[in-house]
Amino acid sequence: MHRFANPTRFLRLAAAVLPFSAAVAALCLGAGLVWGLFFAPPDYQQGDTVRIMFIHVPAAMMAMGVYAGMAISSGIALIWRHAVADLIAKASAPIGATFCFICLLTGSLWGKPMWGTWWVWDARLTSMLIMLFIYLGYMALWQAFDDQTKAARAAAILALVGAINLPVIKFSVEWWNTLHQPASLITMSGPKIHASLLWPLLLMIVGFGAYYLTVLIYRVRAEIHLRRTRMLRLAQADRHAAMQAAE
Amino acid sequence: MSRIFLMLIRRDLLLARKQGGGSLLSITFFVLVVSLFPLGVGPAPETLERIAAGTIWVAALLSVLLSLDRMFQADLEDGSLDQLALLPLPLSLVVLAKTIAHWLTTGLPLTLAAPLLGLLMQLSPDAYGALIAAMLLGTPILSLIGAIGAALTVGVRRGGVLLTLIVTPLYIPVLIFGVSAAEAAAQGFSYSAHMLFLSAILSGAIVIAPIAAAWALKLALD
Repeated sequence: MHRFANPTRFLRLAAAVLPFSAAVAALCLGAGLVWGLFFAPPDYQQGDTVRIMFIHVPAAMMAMGVYAGMAISSGIALIWRHAVADLIAKASAPIGATFCFICLLTGSLWGKPMWGTWWVWDARLTSMLIMLFIYLGYMALWQAFDDQTKAARAAAILALVGAINLPVIKFSVEWWNTLHQPASLITMSGPKIHASLLWPLLLMIVGFGAYYLTVLIYRVRAEIHLRRTRMLRLAQADRHAAMQAAE
Repeated sequence: MSRIFLMLIRRDLLLARKQGGGSLLSITFFVLVVSLFPLGVGPAPETLERIAAGTIWVAALLSVLLSLDRMFQADLEDGSLDQLALLPLPLSLVVLAKTIAHWLTTGLPLTLAAPLLGLLMQLSPDAYGALIAAMLLGTPILSLIGAIGAALTVGVRRGGVLLTLIVTPLYIPVLIFGVSAAEAAAQGFSYSAHMLFLSAILSGAIVIAPIAAAWALKLALD
């Protein structure tokens, strides 16, 4: 892990991973979308609206997964002062927030024909909304500091506090009983979805994961370059000032 | 060590009293927000009774939120935060002492004022006990979680708005358990489960919040 605290080494690894993750994302998303939208059979109860699931479920899983990843890299950054882990956490937040938003949006589009309303204060919807707020707070905290090291540490503390709090929030929100169907993909007795819908869904999940990895690499790379540019500019300004002083 | 701890609490209480109006302002805000609701939703007693516990909790939450940004700000500005960090007491205990003082000057007065607002909001007579008990357990959690937010945003531009954005989502469990305790009691059910959950969150928060807030304060002291 410490090997990759060196940005140059990280950039080399990222450059090697990027073509694969981009290819997997394009293939899985393309195949999953075509399969899910055109070839998978409509649900006997929900008809064609069930196809929203192919976007909605992976987005929800990624929104939670990205937060978990963000919390883990924040922990690593806080404990070992791992520079790249900070950048990964920072770069993850907008991606996770977008997944969260997509999940809420598609859920609302799905809710209208199924439940007859755009929004219900159901447990899962509510906890997703709260998660979006936590993402936004995290991003706002990054923006608030001029000093990037301080911003990184403050944001890491917040991400960890949020990670401890999220299960409590989730549980407390589940306290009100719920309209949303309970988990049907990951259960103790195996998936409860018919294979004809399960396969395109799995493809989409893998595609979303690879897409996240691809965008993450781009964002971290951009952030590293941004910081280098800033350092170079500062050094240049210093040299300039020294030259002027010499004259 | 415990002597310094108690002295810190006394110092903050004294400051709150001499600077004047801290608790009084919170309570006034609390009463004001609650009294907006009958004006907003109409004075029908059955409507008010239905929303009483929720309204009182939300107003209490907002009052606490409003008082948070001064928690460390004044100490940072006049430099006493640097002195507090030099005490032979761990910074997390300093934070805990300040949090206790914060609760004594906001959460506790709000809890004491809640029955009066219950009268105004036609709160069901069976719910008073549950509401007070839940507020006694819940408002310290608000102060503790708030301390993390206040420490993270101390010395930050427009910290107040940011503080609200960070802390509000974390307050949701307290709100849910607090309100449902009062509602369970109003319908004649036992509310001990809600109390246990609040106690569990409080026990966790007492351990975690001072440490997290102390980490955050060290950033401001650098």
